[in-house]
Amino acid sequence: MYNFDVETPVTVADAVAAMAAEDAQALGGGQTLIPTLKQRLASPSTLVSLKGVAEMQGITRDGDSLRIGGATTHATVAADGSYPALSALASHIGDPAVRNRGTIGGSLANNDPAACYPAAALASGATIATNTREIAADDYFQGMFDTALEEGEIITAVSFPIPQAANYQKFVQPASRFALVGVFVAKYADGVRVAVTGASNEGVFRWTEAEAALSANFSASALEGLSVSADNMIADLHGSAGYRAHLVKVMTGRAVTAAS
Amino acid sequence: MPKDTGIGAATVRREDVRFLTGTGEYTDDITLAKQTYAVFARSTVAHGTIKSIDTSAAELMPGVLAVFTGEDFAEVGGNPAGWLINSRDGEPMKEPKRPVLAHGKVRHVGDAYAAVIAETVQQARDAVEAIEADIEELDAIVDMNAALSGSNFVHDEIGTNQCFDWGWIEDNREATDNAIKNAHHVTTLELVNNRLVPNAMEPRASIGSYKASTGEYTLHTTSQNPHLTRLLISAFVLGIPENMLTVIAPDVGGGFGSKIYHYGEEALVLAAAKRLNRPVKWTADRTESFLTDAHGRDHVTKIELALDKDGKFLAFRTDTKANVGAYLSNFSTATPTFLHGTLMAGNYTVPLVYVNVKAVFTNTAPVDAYRGAGRPEATYSIERVIDKAARELGMDPIELRRKNFVKPDQYPFASAAGLEYDAGNYDALMDKMEEVADVAGFAARRAESEKNGKLRGFGVNAYIEACGIAPSNLVGVLGSRVGLYDAATVRVNATGNLSVMVGAHSHGQGHETAFPQVVAEMLGIDPAVIDIVHGDTSKIPFGMGTYGSRSLAVCGSAVVRATEKIINKAKKIAGHMLEASEHDITLADGVFSVAGTDKSVTFGEVALKAYIPHEYPLEDIEPGLEETAFYDPANFTYPSGAYACEVEVDPETGKVTVERMTAVDDFGNVINPMIVTGQVQGGLAQGIGQALLENTSYDENGQLLSASYMDYTMPRADDLPMFAVDHSQGTPCTHNPLGVKGCGEAGAIGSPPTVVNAVIDALQSGGKDVTHIDMPVSPARVWEAMQ
Amino acid sequence: MTKVTMTVNGKTVSGDVEGRTLLASFLRDDQGLTGTHIGCDTSQCGACVVHVDGVAVKSCTMLAAEADGATVDTIEGQANADGSLNVIQQAFQDHHGLQCGFCTPGMVMSAAALLKENPKPSEQEIREYLEGNICRCTGYHNIVKAIMAASGQDVTAIAAE
Repeated sequence: MYNFDVETPVTVADAVAAMAAEDAQALGGGQTLIPTLKQRLASPSTLVSLKGVAEMQGITRDGDSLRIGGATTHATVAADGSYPALSALASHIGDPAVRNRGTIGGSLANNDPAACYPAAALASGATIATNTREIAADDYFQGMFDTALEEGEIITAVSFPIPQAANYQKFVQPASRFALVGVFVAKYADGVRVAVTGASNEGVFRWTEAEAALSANFSASALEGLSVSADNMIADLHGSAGYRAHLVKVMTGRAVTAAS
Repeated sequence: MPKDTGIGAATVRREDVRFLTGTGEYTDDITLAKQTYAVFARSTVAHGTIKSIDTSAAELMPGVLAVFTGEDFAEVGGNPAGWLINSRDGEPMKEPKRPVLAHGKVRHVGDAYAAVIAETVQQARDAVEAIEADIEELDAIVDMNAALSGSNFVHDEIGTNQCFDWGWIEDNREATDNAIKNAHHVTTLELVNNRLVPNAMEPRASIGSYKASTGEYTLHTTSQNPHLTRLLISAFVLGIPENMLTVIAPDVGGGFGSKIYHYGEEALVLAAAKRLNRPVKWTADRTESFLTDAHGRDHVTKIELALDKDGKFLAFRTDTKANVGAYLSNFSTATPTFLHGTLMAGNYTVPLVYVNVKAVFTNTAPVDAYRGAGRPEATYSIERVIDKAARELGMDPIELRRKNFVKPDQYPFASAAGLEYDAGNYDALMDKMEEVADVAGFAARRAESEKNGKLRGFGVNAYIEACGIAPSNLVGVLGSRVGLYDAATVRVNATGNLSVMVGAHSHGQGHETAFPQVVAEMLGIDPAVIDIVHGDTSKIPFGMGTYGSRSLAVCGSAVVRATEKIINKAKKIAGHMLEASEHDITLADGVFSVAGTDKSVTFGEVALKAYIPHEYPLEDIEPGLEETAFYDPANFTYPSGAYACEVEVDPETGKVTVERMTAVDDFGNVINPMIVTGQVQGGLAQGIGQALLENTSYDENGQLLSASYMDYTMPRADDLPMFAVDHSQGTPCTHNPLGVKGCGEAGAIGSPPTVVNAVIDALQSGGKDVTHIDMPVSPARVWEAMQ
Repeated sequence: MTKVTMTVNGKTVSGDVEGRTLLASFLRDDQGLTGTHIGCDTSQCGACVVHVDGVAVKSCTMLAAEADGATVDTIEGQANADGSLNVIQQAFQDHHGLQCGFCTPGMVMSAAALLKENPKPSEQEIREYLEGNICRCTGYHNIVKAIMAASGQDVTAIAAE
């Protein structure tokens, strides 16, 4: 690692101020960032640790909405249970030690194309709150490792409308245990949303044909006849584009069955 | 009734206490006074010409003490291959120099071309980035066929990428060809034995130090055989006199073959320590380990099996290309030849075997022995093609194997591949396997899986390996440049406790517990008073190290011989003390007695007498009680086994789950069944890893795609089932004093074909016309095969 | 350099660290607690697992500066007060749950965290919890068995030795 300073603000305001330093970078749980720094692929001057910001910690439920502080760990989300499919998803990110450090804000800010949380946020139509604004999930994810966040902007919280039914199915990339393909299906009164992670070169995306079919008939059989194009799917040593496209459909069907 | 001490007891391991309390001492845990740190500049291209290396900026960086390049080692020797292979035409193999640091060319990604020594690791790393290396990239040679046909060479000076073209047994070539031409049935299979990265959990590390006042060097290093490392550095690389170099391998966090070899980093830290007159430490990070540890396997093979109408095997013929990578690692030429071709008759009475192996240089990391080393490759080829033959002939795969097994009354049995098997009972192993694996219950389990939408398959395997490496006279004829004996010194101290210095190094095998069980049994004393000393060339007579499942069979035999000498001398001393002939002295339960009398002295009293030789016959007996033995085995040992695997395949995703794994092995006599079972379990995990998970993938530019745990799939706890392991069917080895055969590699040899056979069985049961899938049998590959 | 102070195995320690100093390095290099091992660069292998404020973390993926003021427990602090092996350590020895010993400290620390959360885990729960701890020697069989035994479960039915 190149050397850097570490700032440990305790309020969002202080964190934002610290982020104003040149080449400052926010540090959530560090479970992706620190390995990246070890490879010397980034050289921030200052890391602004968000772990100590009290107002970014914890989970509050307000009716059918769940608000999760940006610095809340995967382990905390996993233990919560107010939104069972989301907790189940969190309980399978990384491993227990990673879950004790990694945060939802960090995961969404990084937007790894194989991460789990982006699928939940997009399928749930979540709202990403930052120190300056609120961003709808549909506007937030802008491609692999690319988001609507501006420089210095910090995810302070994520709000999830709790669906009537939901499920996440992850087919793991066997080495990293990230998603080779992960599908989050969420059923709301006004329709079904399906978000896919791990599969596309564009990062997380909504499978709108499946959403339409499932909104009409929330059953795996509704997917019969649909197919997923392999165009623009990721191809690597763990699976071809065609295999990933195939898995999208299989995992969607399983998620629907599990949610039904 | 299991014993609670001595030979055959499942004694818990004494070494565990330090590991469980965090007080083990691995190389990177050691900090020497005034220690400095080395970091290497490594090639990011697979193949390139070094035009220039400018280290001037790096030398001015904070904390930097020295920068080395290949120029600094241009005049010293190379790291040699330990085994000379001659090609079929009699030509000796090609042996390009393997320098300490790349010189002239870089030949694989990770090839080190410079090293910085600095006060801290981070300073050294910063300075490495300041080295200006002008390396002109050349086309990478990755594919073995392209390597053999092209005019682009990894080593220009040899003018070919073929290291050798070896035939075994050359005299059988024509007869084998004829047998295959005229056979009732020939089954052919083309397969890949996938390249693996050993991945000992402890990355390699070395600390060189130098004492200017005496000229003595010390190397602390992660080694499976410190004496060999010393020998190679002394005799070939740096020319440091052997008596001026101590090599210490302290606690070592696994090896699996990768730490047998001498590596350039070891020579570098020694040379740097002398230049700076300060200790120099290097510790690999995991990426360096992936890029530079010797890899394993990487064979591409076509195998043919000829059978008569009754299913009797007539001949095996194989054509293999073996990737040796960019340089010859120390045992890289022995692994695909004498550790592979000689096993190509398997457990069978097949009369003819012909093996052709072409070893090929490529711009990839060197390939050498990895757990099993040649024998997994042989077993996989044989046992996969037998399974395919059984399907083609409509025969039961177990019955087809039994029909061709060497039978118990045929020993010693001269195999068609040139070995003499001393003992075994393959039918008994198969019987036991059928019982332990509950073969009878498989149909019901398959029906249950099918109810859940899964395909269930059953796979079986029989293997034999040659261990206890190896008779020096024999391997000398075959091209080995070293002897493969081992050595032990038993030192009885005056107060009656013992230090046993052994040449084998323990890095997980439990020698510190198992060797005392042997000595204690022989002397009739408490094993707790016996301490094993290993891993330090200054304390141990000599040793050829730990690999090839040899520690107990070879070094353990040396321990037995040395202990016998102790007993003989102690009897003389006791005879003197008891005023009786040494021939009348018996030893039982640690007490020397005069046969037929009640006169006796204890072992402790004899030890004390040896060191306080008052009233002692100095004219007949020397004082002291310390004996050394070198043991050179008369033959290889031949562990064998019958394995079974049951898998479930998810037909929608292609995911394979190992549901049951059974290993029934013949290891001969067993000293510590707990340790033996543990060795098998670990081997099974590595074999299942090879079969289903582990894939070393280079792209066409020679970039290693699977260079971290993010892409190289290590078996994890949730990838594996509980294992059923049995070693009740032992037939003792006939030629070593303990009757032991070795157990370290069996699991990794027996399991890969078993798993793949089970997957094919599952797919066939689901009506899929799939006869082979190359390892690792990943979900994606299974799914593609089903399409 | 920043000064950090933390409680390690019940003892207050402090040291000056760079921003980039990892907790694992602080423990190993500054405190001499070399039982915590480093086996990878990508937060996968788990040889470096310690407890920070009572939960398992990978100390090679946490900055020492982030542990300022924290309570840290390492393998060196796990034995009983009289120096004897604690129940998990003893079970690892009794059931041969280790070979080369390099992954062992992380395994023991993860096992301790698991049993705190789940005092009687099933075989499957143990295997899933150990997802972030890689062992190359044992094949995990005896590690799983040892953890079951440490939790007071009868393991006599689990295969041989």
